[in-house]
Amino acid sequence: MKALIAKVAAAAFVLFARAITAVRAIWPEEGLPAKPCVYFANHSSHGDFVLVWAVLPPRLRHRTRPVAGAEYWLKSQTSAFIGRDVFNAVLIEREREKRTQDPIALMVSAIDAGSSLILFPEGTRNQTEERLLPFKSGIFHLVDQRPEVDLVPVWINNLNRVMPKGEIVPIPLICTVTFGRALRLAPGEDKETFLERMRAALLALAPKPAGSGE
Amino acid sequence: MTAAGSDLVTLVLGIFGVLIVASTVGYILERRLATNEPNAAVENLNARIRAWWAMVILIGLAFIAGRIGVLFLFAFCSFAALREFITLIYTRRADHWALASAFFLVLPIQYYLLWAEEYGIFSIFIPVYAFLLMPIISVLRGDTERFLLRVAEVQWALMICVFCVSHVPALLTLDIPGYEGRNVLLIAFLVIVVQLSDVLQYVWGKLFGRTRIAPKLSPSKTVEGFVGGVASATLIGAALWWITPFTPLQAGLMSFIITLMGFLGGLVMSAIKRDRGVKDWGHLIEGHGGLIDRLDSVVFSAPIFFHLVRYWWSLS
Repeated sequence: MKALIAKVAAAAFVLFARAITAVRAIWPEEGLPAKPCVYFANHSSHGDFVLVWAVLPPRLRHRTRPVAGAEYWLKSQTSAFIGRDVFNAVLIEREREKRTQDPIALMVSAIDAGSSLILFPEGTRNQTEERLLPFKSGIFHLVDQRPEVDLVPVWINNLNRVMPKGEIVPIPLICTVTFGRALRLAPGEDKETFLERMRAALLALAPKPAGSGE
Repeated sequence: MTAAGSDLVTLVLGIFGVLIVASTVGYILERRLATNEPNAAVENLNARIRAWWAMVILIGLAFIAGRIGVLFLFAFCSFAALREFITLIYTRRADHWALASAFFLVLPIQYYLLWAEEYGIFSIFIPVYAFLLMPIISVLRGDTERFLLRVAEVQWALMICVFCVSHVPALLTLDIPGYEGRNVLLIAFLVIVVQLSDVLQYVWGKLFGRTRIAPKLSPSKTVEGFVGGVASATLIGAALWWITPFTPLQAGLMSFIITLMGFLGGLVMSAIKRDRGVKDWGHLIEGHGGLIDRLDSVVFSAPIFFHLVRYWWSLS
């Protein structure tokens, strides 16, 4: 019963996201990797992972899990249901001192089990004027353990205007989700170089700011 | 069957005939030209024809559903157009509630007023009430950065996408003696003439186009295309007098005015696209770009057509 409700809720989220944003996906020429991979995206709105999830082809979508903060999603029963049951999120504990499980180990075991991940390497929602915050190192530690995993940069455009922080009513605006070509950790590449390369690859997908004026 | 019903059937059969011819031509072109490598122009043409089928069937279904169907169809057009427009304009976080009320308050109220046939308030609701309300809501957040620009852009988005578009279904509210129950044919007349004019301008331009009218605005618009398109659409409009309350001469004159407005509206909307640095308003209709790309000429001709008919033919 719970599984059925979760399935209906997931379909409703996708439908709602599509109706509001008329979202359009732009794919890389060679298509998306067939094997489990990590989609890493810019993060400026709560709806980010829903939008990425909604545009993925169904066969890939069903085995793609967003990575999200446990503190936030386990706050109430409803959000726990949405996070755990509807989107099957990999819930990680962000506060180092209070951790009971290693976030990297959780992500690695999800990939080993055949899932793809949606990851926001900025670590938190970007509320600044910067287009993209510096990346946290989690994504590096993840591919350090599984270097054969493909990393797909994903730029989500306009969603921060649809629903800025603290607002409850979404403004219907057209969003695009641009997928880049898959990248991997180069042999011997150090953490800083890798993170900077990933960040540059993601920024390269961002369209010229039109209309937002920013 | 009523007179309106049988005229509508004749009209629909005629449109289907035109589309079948277009599809056949598109198919032959694809077979002849695109054997080795895909031809972009033919592919775009066929995408456009397929989209025309979808649009004609959608409008047909709305006509069958009656007044409520037509209102919902154009309310959706307003919604999708407003979404495309506001996506491209400059807004700030302080405008959030102004934008939300444009979508969820102003738009539904405008179409409700049509449903209730409250012409007095319908005709001034957006240019008076909404235009004063928008800046009031925005100013409450205290953000003055480019304030006039933000206010003007949202107001114009409402004007184009909601006010002007709603004048197409508003034709249903006119009370024309001897034309009772046939108002839906006025919508058909307006849409057919304006859209045919666009298509014919394109065709004439492709065939004979030499002299560009406004190379800075739109590289594909030519004097030859404009003259040929407007002239042929005017003639076709005159030949459609039997679905209108007009005489053939009046129908031709009306067609001339609305095709002229449609052409100039297309130029204005092109200028906005240039200003925002985009080629199309969106991606809603395959081969056509966004909804506004298809609707721009209707937007400018609808209020003029509505008021001309209202002034000279309507009792209300």
